[in-house]
Amino acid sequence: MYTYTDFDEAFVRARVAQFRRQVERRIDGSLTEDEFKPLRLMNGLYLQLHAYMLRVAVPYGTLNPAQMRQLAYIADRWDKGYGHFTTRQNIQYNWPKLHDVPDMLEALADVGMHAIQTSGNTIRNVTADHFAGAAADEIEDPRAIAELLRQWSTDHPEFQFLPRKFKIAVTGAAQDRAVTKAHDIGLRMIRNDAGAPGFEVIVGGGLGRTPMVGKVLRAFLPKADLLPYCEAIVSVYNLLGRRDNKYKARIKITVHENGLEKIQELVEARFATIRPGFTGHDQALLAEIEAAFAPPAYENKSTDGYEAARLANPAFRSWTDTNLAQHKTDGYAIVSISIKKHGATPGDATSDQMRVMADLAEQYGHNELRISHEQNVILPHVHKADLVKVYAALREADLATANIGLASDIIACPGMDYCALATARSIPIAQEIATRFDQLKIEHEIGQLKIKISGCINACGHHHVGHIGILGLDRAGVENYQITLGGDGTETTTIGERAGPGFSADEIVPAIERLVTGYLDLRFDVAETFLQTYRRLGMEPFKAILYPAEDKANAA
Amino acid sequence: MPQTFTPKVITANALLEGDAVWLTEADTWTRTMAEAELLTNEAHADLRLLEAQSRVGEIAGAYLADAKSGANGPEPTHFREEFRTRGPSNYAHGKQAELS
Repeated sequence: MYTYTDFDEAFVRARVAQFRRQVERRIDGSLTEDEFKPLRLMNGLYLQLHAYMLRVAVPYGTLNPAQMRQLAYIADRWDKGYGHFTTRQNIQYNWPKLHDVPDMLEALADVGMHAIQTSGNTIRNVTADHFAGAAADEIEDPRAIAELLRQWSTDHPEFQFLPRKFKIAVTGAAQDRAVTKAHDIGLRMIRNDAGAPGFEVIVGGGLGRTPMVGKVLRAFLPKADLLPYCEAIVSVYNLLGRRDNKYKARIKITVHENGLEKIQELVEARFATIRPGFTGHDQALLAEIEAAFAPPAYENKSTDGYEAARLANPAFRSWTDTNLAQHKTDGYAIVSISIKKHGATPGDATSDQMRVMADLAEQYGHNELRISHEQNVILPHVHKADLVKVYAALREADLATANIGLASDIIACPGMDYCALATARSIPIAQEIATRFDQLKIEHEIGQLKIKISGCINACGHHHVGHIGILGLDRAGVENYQITLGGDGTETTTIGERAGPGFSADEIVPAIERLVTGYLDLRFDVAETFLQTYRRLGMEPFKAILYPAEDKANAA
Repeated sequence: MPQTFTPKVITANALLEGDAVWLTEADTWTRTMAEAELLTNEAHADLRLLEAQSRVGEIAGAYLADAKSGANGPEPTHFREEFRTRGPSNYAHGKQAELS
């Protein structure tokens, strides 16, 4: 994977030194909060309900063991011994003290990490398929492009004061695991008729209060044009995007109000103007970055022990059935480590768990770890011969929950337990739903089901694209939860439909249970997933399950 | 018809620690909401808020939050403000641990 050059290192160190002085000036009173706020946000520092929060970028979700250990060290030294992995492949610390933050940033710089542009109206952390470089259905590892975009967007002088935040996601695979259609720019690697790799460029997707599925701006963009084309898009948006209304400032609204054709015209014109300025330096740089993402030296070993262990140990078999994905190389598997133990906070890992995962990556995973937008940790390259040992170590660290893709593998934003913007809590709802399905012991029978919970309309918990989405609101001073159904965040992205009136905090978990057990009666056969059943039957039968009393009233 | 003024407290986040604090009658910041000054007069509340906001070296983001008079002093009326007196619900962190 990519390691910092002297230039990256010097840049990040200089930024830490700047921020250290800014913090000093804030503490000694020379800067007011209004003056300091944009500076701290540029460096990922928020002020939340109970404390500051530091959001650290994990670029395209990739970490090496040394970085993961440093995240554990930071959690122990300056926080409360844990970190929260987010839906944009970042990690958040919930309890830093203001005067410690420069030291935390310095500690990040020591391992080639930073918190730059994890907030503010800039281009945010570039996210990527968490199976990048390992997935069987991939054209090319998209992380080289993501790293090129990171370097280009970091401190880009034209794009530090955009109308609003700007998020880019990239995937190299046919199956979209990066939610590209819900990003400001989504990049899907495809091949043209001649077989050359390039990108389908999607623009104007997003969730939040006005959810929109991204639209195809360019059906095929040659790889070499990527940087100038992205620059053209952001440049057009920077001038055209609305600054008069925060809620209409994202590019999805710009595209919606101006029409895709006008945006296309403007982007192509801007692209034609700036393309000649890209004389090949970016491509030389990309070639260097691509070399840094060369695949690891895969081993060739027998997998007999693995097959025997699967037969002998039902718990291990269950874990391999749910938590492994197909690797592009024979004999290897992609391991998803669930950070969703039943009843625990989705995405929270203790420092001890981080160290265990770092050790496993070092011993059995070719030194690679990934953070997924689904708030789990991935060991992308594990030989099947080593899976028994990996599983044993994960069990020891309470990390062997076999629930990837199931009902308890819930995405949840921090909600009103931490976030100052939240209108209701999300974490306790996620905890209760997972605990309930674990008691019922039916989540394996239910099969693939994505439940996603947001604690406010901003939709950090991606509720719009959950098969079952839950949105927490404040209704007259009481927490209230709305259900949406039929959302999908993959290559067939769909915004979920609202089922009806919301539920109180006490009613929401029984409502979800009703919905899911009701689905078991509605499905055509065991192979039909919740989403497929919903698509086949539509909202009505699910509505009848959710609101039984009303159904009777209507029938009468 | 003008809205009737409901009682308020002044609250903010402490500059260094970032946690919730409330302004007392004695012009100090307390971590126990019950010790806050309950403001029942709108003009006085607005004045106190201006004073609080000027104390930039101690706090950030001062605002008026609804409150009611309780047995031991002001109490929150909204769940958000109640959470701020306590901390998160998923761990015994924050005020619920520090003040007990």
